[in-house]
Amino acid sequence: MSKDHDHSELSETALRVKALESLLIEKGYVDPAALDELVDTYETKVGPRNGARVVAKAWSDPEYRKWLISDATAAIASLGFAGRQGEHMVAVENTPNVHNMVVCTLCSCYPWPVLGLPPVWYKSAPYRSRAVIDPRGVLAEFGVKIDEDTEVRVWDSTAEIRYLVIPMRPTGSEDMKEDELAALVTRDSMIGTGMALKPGAVGR
Amino acid sequence: MNGAQDLGGTMGHGPVNPELDEPVFHGDWERQVFALTLAMGFFGQWNIDEGRFARESLPPAQYLSSSYYQIWFAALCKLLVANGFATDEELASGKQIMAPRSLPRKPLTAGEIPLILAKGGPADRTEPGPAKFKVGDKIHTRNINPHTHTRLARYLRDRTGEIVMVHGAHVFPDSSAQGLGDDPQWLYTVRFSARVLWGDDRNPNDHVHADLWEPYLVAA
Repeated sequence: MSKDHDHSELSETALRVKALESLLIEKGYVDPAALDELVDTYETKVGPRNGARVVAKAWSDPEYRKWLISDATAAIASLGFAGRQGEHMVAVENTPNVHNMVVCTLCSCYPWPVLGLPPVWYKSAPYRSRAVIDPRGVLAEFGVKIDEDTEVRVWDSTAEIRYLVIPMRPTGSEDMKEDELAALVTRDSMIGTGMALKPGAVGR
Repeated sequence: MNGAQDLGGTMGHGPVNPELDEPVFHGDWERQVFALTLAMGFFGQWNIDEGRFARESLPPAQYLSSSYYQIWFAALCKLLVANGFATDEELASGKQIMAPRSLPRKPLTAGEIPLILAKGGPADRTEPGPAKFKVGDKIHTRNINPHTHTRLARYLRDRTGEIVMVHGAHVFPDSSAQGLGDDPQWLYTVRFSARVLWGDDRNPNDHVHADLWEPYLVAA
């Protein structure tokens, strides 16, 4: 398929979507201001910085870490992150012996209140098909090498339970405060396809 | 259903290809599809499981060659027509032909969004009776192949695993997607060895966990 063909197909979709929006507004079903508010919420207010705050707090506060592991929904809600697509949370912790990784093979289940909306790759066939049969191969593509002796634990989100990975706290971060620690927590490290950044590094 | 959505373990889809500094939406039409899907969903004329079934019942060739929001758009159009919000002619022209249908509630306003999103839609319900299984129990998954919606993926059927979490009773998607009500059933997290699922050449340390309802399970 040529690039031009791709492009025209996309433009056609865009035109059909525009027509649908006009129709639903004309029929009085939707309020344009509400549509803008929904988009703005997930484009600017809810995203992986929320999850990073949860992880940073778990790293710095042993009592909070215990609470997060025993009742993630309540522990996360205590920081103000709750609701749609995060109604039932479970936090799973990486250790030197266990690496956790989350997928939704059947659709795109993802913990919106802590991570925002999922990236395209998380919702696409390559990740959804391979994460369960070849997690180590997928991790290698993300530049993550897991020791053969370490258990890889994949969590397929087949119900309304949503999973948050607590990555390992990087070495060299012992003296850092919660705010500084949050900057080390990447989106991918909370899906399990990445590691937390080392102090001084930058990444996604 | 054994549709194109049931991707676990299928092959030939290529590398993962993460996009660097990916934006939340790629273009306005994705924003529109996302917002329209949520806004129309708030009327409560279809539930999350009926929504998922509308997507996974797209023809496999269409499902696999569509982008994520193209799938959402196709499913939204189906749901709007099936629930009397619009006709195919209206979707094609973008112009009103039929009078609007009666609405179960007022259209969503911007002001009520923060509260509605914060409340979400919890799936836990009153237990239908005592749980059949407890943490540590060995179970075997049933071999089922319904034409209707199920969350028991093909790669998890007819396999032995172990209960590692008990979540209480949750809405049972297999019933809910058919408009048969919540039909609450006990929900468990089950742990499967990678070798049980995929064969002896897998790393013996590796495991896959899935959330499975009691009707999917029998004692092993």
